[in-house]
Amino acid sequence: MAPKTETQVHKEDSQLRQKTMIAEHYTRLANTPDTGEKSVYTFVPGNLTELIRSFDLLPVLPEINALQSAMRGKSREYIAIAEKLGHSEDVCTYVKCDLGMMKSGNVGPTGERLPKPDLLLLSYTGCFTFMKWFEILREEYDCPVAMLHVPYQAGGVITDSMRTYVVEQLRDKVIPLLEQVSGKRYDEARLRAMLTRSARAEDDLVAVLNAARSRPSPIDAYFGGVYYIGPIFSAFRGTEDAVDYYRMLRDEVEERAREGLGPVTPEGPMERERFRLVVEGPPNWTNFREFWKMFADEGAVVVASTYTKVGGVYDMGFRHDPNRPLESLAEYCLGCYTNLSLPRRVEMLARYVQDFDADGLLVNSIKSCNSFSAGQLMILREVERRTGRPGGFIESDLVDPRYFSAANIKNRLESYLQMIEQKRAGRTA
Amino acid sequence: MSAGASSRLSAVLQRAEDLYRDRTLGEVRAWKARTRGLAIGFMPIYIPREMLHAQGVMPVGIMGGGDDLEIIRGDAYYQSYICHIPRSTIEMGLNGSLDCLDGMIFPATCDVIRNLSGMWQLQFPDRLSCYLDVPQNFDAALGGSFYRRELEHLSHELVAHGARPLEPEVLRASIVTYNENRRRVETLFGLRRRAPWKIPTHELYLLLRAGQVMAVEDFTAMLEEYITAVNEDTTRQPLDQARVLLTGSFCEQPPLGLIKTLERSGCYIVEDDFVQVHRFIRGEVRVEGDPMDNIVRAFVEDGVASPVRYIAEHEKGAELVARVRECAAEGVIYCSASFCDPALLDQPMTVRALEKAGIPYTAFKFAENNGQFQVIREQSGTFADSIKLWSEV
Ligand code: SF4
Ligand code: SF4
Repeated sequence: MAPKTETQVHKEDSQLRQKTMIAEHYTRLANTPDTGEKSVYTFVPGNLTELIRSFDLLPVLPEINALQSAMRGKSREYIAIAEKLGHSEDVCTYVKCDLGMMKSGNVGPTGERLPKPDLLLLSYTGCFTFMKWFEILREEYDCPVAMLHVPYQAGGVITDSMRTYVVEQLRDKVIPLLEQVSGKRYDEARLRAMLTRSARAEDDLVAVLNAARSRPSPIDAYFGGVYYIGPIFSAFRGTEDAVDYYRMLRDEVEERAREGLGPVTPEGPMERERFRLVVEGPPNWTNFREFWKMFADEGAVVVASTYTKVGGVYDMGFRHDPNRPLESLAEYCLGCYTNLSLPRRVEMLARYVQDFDADGLLVNSIKSCNSFSAGQLMILREVERRTGRPGGFIESDLVDPRYFSAANIKNRLESYLQMIEQKRAGRTA
Repeated sequence: MSAGASSRLSAVLQRAEDLYRDRTLGEVRAWKARTRGLAIGFMPIYIPREMLHAQGVMPVGIMGGGDDLEIIRGDAYYQSYICHIPRSTIEMGLNGSLDCLDGMIFPATCDVIRNLSGMWQLQFPDRLSCYLDVPQNFDAALGGSFYRRELEHLSHELVAHGARPLEPEVLRASIVTYNENRRRVETLFGLRRRAPWKIPTHELYLLLRAGQVMAVEDFTAMLEEYITAVNEDTTRQPLDQARVLLTGSFCEQPPLGLIKTLERSGCYIVEDDFVQVHRFIRGEVRVEGDPMDNIVRAFVEDGVASPVRYIAEHEKGAELVARVRECAAEGVIYCSASFCDPALLDQPMTVRALEKAGIPYTAFKFAENNGQFQVIREQSGTFADSIKLWSEV
């Protein structure tokens, strides 16, 4: 085995830190029957972590459990259970994986049992499936449900009407239910303090993501990126843990950039950056390492991705604002990537290709996910047209291994990279 | 049946079928030429057509390309695992079928229609393309207020594109006009419930589709004409068929041949959710009081339970069970478009309610351009037979 470099050790520091945070969180969840702590199931896009935690409630995110199940090789079995119960093969596999996990004893990613929810907080942002998902879960649990309907940013801007609607729901529906479930009063000062911490962590996350503008990029903003967003997209936004984690991560990444190092992949540090890609769409989780390796083997680094924006578009300037707590939470919910209009998504992707000096846009189209996938072929053509850089298209699924065809993806990826090379050769000829 | 009644019936049905098949919207073009009004298309399921009507705009329901539209470019816009209706809609946009429309409204039905609204903006930048968000919070003070603001915004957009400004009294009159139409629609559904042999669903369906592409006043007259002709008809006699409720076809529509196939296989469809805009509001919209408020309240308080509508309190499927009882259906057919998230995610929950209530059901999927119905025919035939067997036991 090659000796570890100094930078790898730094990298591992933040990874270890994240691992510990997550493990502690799941243990805390597992211990709720003894500690009396209560849990709230909610979704990543439009999550209200600071608000939930300001009531000392613990968030549980079913999508994260589903993707973790896939990474642990459990999703095939879980999906089969849901399909046996009558759930269609056509629908989102996150939902089926989550349901299958629940029916199999609700054992979470760390092997510990997850508590039943004390509240289902349906913050419904960017995808209609969320609504159905919690209708399904509601039938399984005997607990209250809070619905937060977040309008769609169809016109490309957040209007006063949208903001007002979300703030009023927070004030009149969500907060009273959180008070009821937790037995605590809404504490705005506490929420503000958490939002202050959120903004600090968000600054550091943006610095990490923007580090990919360097050549070579010190990070992979898709495969590596999904680890970087873990804490801030899930249970930790607004906590000291998140602030420390992102500070540490930023230091590590900036150090790598100063040293001119590329990203660390599961196979070790990437030696040579040959391609710089922007990727649209979620990754496949069942074969995550294999998928990443296909890119790494070719020297393809993802310098920007939209999946890492599903839980907030911080790089476009949004920050949680302690001075406008509920308005800011509303704007956060309204601004998540899948809540943006197609034209806004096109603009954002074209900007990524240009700002990160990428060779082109690659779409990983997910069978399960209409929210992302419907319209992606048009997005691809538009971004190609606007940037003049070639686009590529691959297909897989989130957590259903039946839809991961390694040979097909590899072929398409290789052809795409060849096309980039030919274009480059054409430019320099 | 007298020769007069028979030809009356054939004439009205022929006209309905012609309108249904005319993808280039000849009737809409004629109406525009006559009135100089705007025509705005809308996707399923529901928009408050009264408001458009009051602004001198003809709302034109666009429900996909059916089974005889050749998809040439639409497939380049959608992956194979997305339902069919958006690709045929794009196809019709590109091939000029929808050129007479001054714009499109995309209501908040699902992610596919939502995203199609943005695709439309990119593809047809010179035409009005509006996304109409609808509340999932049905508290009048919260969701209701939001919806009102959405409608006011839409109304301003229409004015900016040449429509008349909205005036309360005109809106009230439009509510009355649509209520009259709703009454006729309900009469027909009631007649079908009582005597499904008199109102075959494929006929009712053609009428409802025709009503999507013509002025509401003309549609009401067409329904009147059909009701009269059917009532005069004495030749249609009951057969030993199973009474079924069909659900799941609220957006992408099955081909007409599929509906006929179900009927021929031994089913009387006594309730369904085809072309649901006509029945998305239970009952009538109130006439007294602030008309805009009435439109808003109709949606938040009187909207039907639908897979695209969050069910906050009642048990999922309770409404379906109640509808089964109300129309004395003996079974339920789930007939959903392939890859239709709202329908297919909803289905297991309502199935549970049916099972609890002891109501038999069967399920299949379709695409609007399906041409082969043999498998479905066998499935629904077997289902109808089994229902009849049970009812004899
Ligand atoms: S459809 Fe897509 S966005 Fe919606 S829950 Fe599934 S994976 Fe998430
Ligand atoms: S058929 Fe279903 S998924 Fe497709 S557009 Fe209609 S509601 Fe959406």
